[in-house]
Amino acid sequence: MSDQLYQDRIVALAKAKTGAGKLAAPTKSARRDNPLCGDRVTIDVRLDGQGRIAEIAHQVRGCLLCQASASALASVAVGQDAAGIAAVRHDAERAIGREQGEAAEPFSAFAPVAAHKARQECVLLPFEALKDALS
Amino acid sequence: MSFDVGAVRGQFPILSEIIDGKPVHYLDNGASAQTPNAVLDAVRTYETTGRANVLRGVHRLAERATDAYENARVEVATFLGVAPMEIVFTGGCTAAINLVAYSYGSLLKPGDRILLSELEHHSNIVPWQLLRSRAGIEIDMIPVTVDGRIDLDKLPGLLTPRTKLISLAHVSNVTGALIDVGAVVAAAKSVGARVMLDGAQKAPHGPIDLPSLGVDFYVFAGHKAYGPNGIGVLWAKAELLDAMPPFMGGGSMIGRVTFAETTWAPAPRRFEAGTPPIGPAIGLGAACKWMRALDWTGAHAHEMTMVQHLMDGLQKIDGARIFGPAGLQNRYPVVSFMLDGVHPHDVAQTLDSFGVAVRAGHHCAQPLMDRFDLDGTTRVSMAPYNSRGDIDALLTGVRHAAKTLR
Repeated sequence: MSDQLYQDRIVALAKAKTGAGKLAAPTKSARRDNPLCGDRVTIDVRLDGQGRIAEIAHQVRGCLLCQASASALASVAVGQDAAGIAAVRHDAERAIGREQGEAAEPFSAFAPVAAHKARQECVLLPFEALKDALS
Repeated sequence: MSFDVGAVRGQFPILSEIIDGKPVHYLDNGASAQTPNAVLDAVRTYETTGRANVLRGVHRLAERATDAYENARVEVATFLGVAPMEIVFTGGCTAAINLVAYSYGSLLKPGDRILLSELEHHSNIVPWQLLRSRAGIEIDMIPVTVDGRIDLDKLPGLLTPRTKLISLAHVSNVTGALIDVGAVVAAAKSVGARVMLDGAQKAPHGPIDLPSLGVDFYVFAGHKAYGPNGIGVLWAKAELLDAMPPFMGGGSMIGRVTFAETTWAPAPRRFEAGTPPIGPAIGLGAACKWMRALDWTGAHAHEMTMVQHLMDGLQKIDGARIFGPAGLQNRYPVVSFMLDGVHPHDVAQTLDSFGVAVRAGHHCAQPLMDRFDLDGTTRVSMAPYNSRGDIDALLTGVRHAAKTLR
């Protein structure tokens, strides 16, 4: 079962490291820890005048799933406001089986995580950090 | 005669299970060990032929239950080489440390100091922080060497006349390092401090002669020592238990109750308020008896052979690094490692797909992880029933993770 978790699409998302790093002058930053496993995500955002994300960067000290999720999130975040990011989160929740329905790209890649309940928080941690940064 | 690992394995039913088509390569003994038939049988006998509450009933089931419960105390005491009335059954190892922190801690004064180390499990840190908030005590910390040992060279410089207790892991749950108890006890005596050892990772590796160690408190967990969940042990010298006030109040721990005044039962009853975990205690007694019957000279040599086999295998994997003592001296079979470029959780998840159970992460030792700037480690923790086949399966899984996840 677990050997199917690390499918190529998830590994590719993690390796892409989209948005990995820091912003020189972020409008806001937030850090979230998962107390159970110790994973840590820090997200910087630069917002435009309308509260939309103009630039995003993340630092992940965590597992491959957390890295892949942060990478996927960064790939779709620019131009989104808090409501838009909440909608993207629904996609992730659908992918991991917490909500009904089909997940769109890129989060459909996380479908194997549905069978690994203990790892689902790894996928959602970057969303928690970004929610804090946008609040 | 060489150690017969097959004969030991045969006593643990779970080790012959096939789960999702895979055998059980159980290398997460540091989190919870498996349970032999001797323990399962003892618990089942209690539940089916002697289940009742202990101490107060006069009917024959209550007498059976009380006898079995008190016999368990004798078994645990024999395992530790101490008097049965110095054994307090608790809900677990964490509960035992909290008991000491609360009860012994209430005898301390603001400004008194507790000395811990950088590699302690959170359960030997947080109860003392709670005491610090409650009572104004101070906490000092012994640093750890780069090979994951408590740096006892630093111990003398950290002792003060106000140091009242040194509380340390007997064996590290992260690095497997065994502490030099004699050095700690000698240092403690120089300032009149007490010594407590957290034996969670030591007790599963055979009987302990506590009087020869010279410590004042010892705690361990039942479920890590082949016993049931929900049971732990506090041992303390009788003079200390006699001086300590109750931790929890309720039935069984009293002498006489009136609304004006209540007096306490003597130890260990004073610290066992309410109905104790009877079945788990009986199971732990059976586990201690089972451990006493094992050939630990052979078992330890076998465990260390497995550690060497693991270390040799990891050395051949590019980017695999051991965190902890590199040799076999003064260590137990708990081995942490990192695989460069692969997070420990991903290593552990990959190993699960090979039927190998390990623990990954901070191991409830975040200060230690912070000290060495680690995301965590993958931890292999062994018991006498682990075989070369378990280690080979693990090494195959680590090689697979190295090949596919970076």
